[in-house]
Amino acid sequence: MNAHLQPTGSAYFLTTETQAAERHTLTVLVDNEPGVLARVVGLFSARGYNIDSLTVSETEHDKHRSRITIVTMATPKVLAQIKLQLERLVPVHKVHDLTAEGESLERELALLKVAGKGENRVETLRLADAFRAQVVDASTESFVFEITGKPAKIDQFITLMAPLGLVEVVRTGLAAITRGPEGM
Amino acid sequence: MAEQMTGAEMVIRALTDNGVEHIFGYPGGAALPIYDAMFQQDKIQHILVRHEQGATHMAEGYARSTGKCGVVLVTSGPGATNAVTGLTDALMDSIPLVCITAQVPTNLIGSDAFQECDTVGITRSCTKYNYLVKRIEDLPRVLHEAFLIATTGRPGPVVIDIPKDVQFALGNYYQPDVETLRHQSYRPQMDGDLGAIEAAVDMMLRAERPVFYTGGGVINAGPEASEALRELAELTGFPVTSTLMGLGAFPASNPQWLGMLGMHGTYEANLAMHDCDVMINIGARFDDRITGRIDAFSPGSRKIHVDIDPSSINKVVPVDIPIIGDCARVLREMVRVYRSKSNQPRTEAIAPWWEQIDEWRAVNSLGYKNSTTTIKPQYAIERLYEASKAQGKDVYITTEVGQHQMWAAQHFHFDQPNRWMTSGGLGTMGYGLPAAVGVQVAHPDALVIDIAGEASVQMTMQEISTAVQYRLPVKIFILNNERMGMVRQWQDLLHGSRYAHSYSESLPDFVKLAEAYGAKGVRCDNPAELDAAIAEMLDYDGPVLFDVVVEKDENCLPMIPSGKPHNEIILPDTANIGSIIDEKGRQLV
Ligand SMILES: Cc1cc2nc3c(=O)[nH]c(=O)nc-3n(C[C@H](O)[C@H](O)[C@H](O)COP(=O)(O)OP(=O)(O)OC[C@H]3O[C@@H](n4cnc5c(N)ncnc54)[C@H](O)[C@@H]3O)c2cc1C
Ligand SMILES: Cc1ncc(C[n+]2csc(CCOP(=O)(O)OP(=O)(O)O)c2C)c(N)n1
Repeated sequence: MNAHLQPTGSAYFLTTETQAAERHTLTVLVDNEPGVLARVVGLFSARGYNIDSLTVSETEHDKHRSRITIVTMATPKVLAQIKLQLERLVPVHKVHDLTAEGESLERELALLKVAGKGENRVETLRLADAFRAQVVDASTESFVFEITGKPAKIDQFITLMAPLGLVEVVRTGLAAITRGPEGM
Repeated sequence: MAEQMTGAEMVIRALTDNGVEHIFGYPGGAALPIYDAMFQQDKIQHILVRHEQGATHMAEGYARSTGKCGVVLVTSGPGATNAVTGLTDALMDSIPLVCITAQVPTNLIGSDAFQECDTVGITRSCTKYNYLVKRIEDLPRVLHEAFLIATTGRPGPVVIDIPKDVQFALGNYYQPDVETLRHQSYRPQMDGDLGAIEAAVDMMLRAERPVFYTGGGVINAGPEASEALRELAELTGFPVTSTLMGLGAFPASNPQWLGMLGMHGTYEANLAMHDCDVMINIGARFDDRITGRIDAFSPGSRKIHVDIDPSSINKVVPVDIPIIGDCARVLREMVRVYRSKSNQPRTEAIAPWWEQIDEWRAVNSLGYKNSTTTIKPQYAIERLYEASKAQGKDVYITTEVGQHQMWAAQHFHFDQPNRWMTSGGLGTMGYGLPAAVGVQVAHPDALVIDIAGEASVQMTMQEISTAVQYRLPVKIFILNNERMGMVRQWQDLLHGSRYAHSYSESLPDFVKLAEAYGAKGVRCDNPAELDAAIAEMLDYDGPVLFDVVVEKDENCLPMIPSGKPHNEIILPDTANIGSIIDEKGRQLV
């Protein structure tokens, strides 16, 4: 029996992950109290989970409840843990994995500042029109566009604007909701 | 009915209303109003510690031995940071604590004021929940909610950070009822799903090679859970093993007891886990000291898992029947459902399984070679066990961390829950001495022994002074091998016996040290004199530091090296682990 004994070189066993990571959108309903965001985000960092996008705002003023939307990349096993760990936090009411629960609506808003003159300005406006982006500020040398849509659409718009004088971008992060009559 | 008082008075009042009789603490500038309020009452006894880490471990020992919540009071800044180790320890081992930390006045928060630290930030990840109370109106609710959160569901430590101005402020004290507490989101599930319990019992009724794998959750669920476990074990006739944290929930004197499982568990317990067809996990969390290599962990079994924390389920090992709920309630339901389906233990069906287990038992995996010239650590614990049993007192054991802890788990036997206090999850050296002080505070007439290592005990040695001050007759039983034995063993196993800093140099003379503190010191290095020396320790009515000079290089066996399956356990007779690994190690140099 002891012939098998090999130094493992570690106090722990090491396993390699066999499942593939998937991108999921979670929505978390919390009490809006000091430190609640730190608790949620701290859970992700402490346990080594990723956050790709994060959106937070109070959505029920009378009950002081906020809704946090988190996009994360993880294997199904880790996703199940993330959900249970989030539910374990005292100020967390509900956690829904929107991706797992079927098709949901996902929207993001971005503001883009594009600076340029001459031909580029015409092209910029033409593309903005095609993407239904609004001009919310204009000067003789710049535009600020507001665009709403799925993150992929915004990514695409940003890519197209890059060579046309894109100066800066700000994105809200994802807001997501399920389709159909049921609430959270 | 609201009553007007200061924040500091509210603290005392809310503690009293929650049945608190003892509090472990250390004063400082920011905590003075609470100390002043404490001075003017006599319902709560304050135990003055020597270091705030000591206060947290005392509160842990107090909590684990009584089932009540342990309470700690410390000042801001260094008081709070010194408490962090104990808070983390309590979180890992699911121990209910309420820790009140004082804070600088609200108008100074964030200004790097004297003895300011971000206590809620620092303790966020080592508490079950924490609060910074900035308004006196919130204080009564927070104080009561803290006790609820600490003691219900999966227990854990809760910190309440109270700025000094809030301690001085006048406000209305009231006792909120649970329903009006702030966090409607916090509602632990107590009752298991009946369908799942039925399915579990059906699985048990078809089992041929079953095993109960019980853990700290049974202790957390109170003595009723241990009782229900005993009943279910008797009803089924199944073998029972337990983790380090669950020792005592099932009586070690019962023939169905297999001993502890895991890295330093018995051969029979580990092989039963490996070969079983139905595993019934009651309040244990598939810790890595138990599972070893996950892909080789109990490959052929179907698994039932009872746990109050949904995030424990499928965290490490996927199970077939999860049951979320309190162990006591689920066990009682299991007993009821089992009775409704059968009134026979499965004696005949599992007879071949018991035969197999008896073969494994015959290996005698806890055996060791005794000596007439040096005291073997296992022998010392065996003698301590016999002598303390003969005292006819209630016996409580705490430990430090290392080989001595494992030997204590293997060779000291427990028939009752709440008698065994050890740092399992965090493995905090320095836990045992203060924990023993906390236990003795709760049980003044009991025999309380810290089974210690000479390295660990020096981490919180100063708490012997607390024991002397409060006349707490704790016994510190130091297995002195002049080594950090557990580290030395791993260096033999994994690092070619290169003993990098794993020996205890310049040790104090423990007898003189004890005397300097006003305690009694005893020393023994002769096996023939050991019984008499133990008697001397037990007979002394006061704290004793007993320096037991033991074999220096004894290995703690059996052992499943990490990363190995249960059936690759190293047994005492065959294992000269030093020489096996030495050769490989030499090639590596
Ligand atoms: C040097 C060293 C060596 C060690 N070697 C071993 C070893 O060989 N064997 C061993 O067993 N351990 C060993 N340990 C301890 C190990 O690290 C873990 O602490 C221990 O195994 C965990 O025990 P547990 O699974 O019972 O869980 P615990 O940490 O006690 O957790 C309890 C579980 O029960 C649940 N629970 C809590 N309350 C309730 C309730 N009321 N109802 C239902 N469920 C509840 C919790 O959610 C949790 O999942 C060692 C530690 C050290 C320091
Ligand atoms: C605070 C802390 N630091 C370091 C460790 C790592 N460690 C685990 S066991 C051990 C040695 C303990 O030595 P001793 O108390 O003499 O006990 P023995 O193993 O010799 O019985 C060490 C250093 C720990 N568990 N806790």
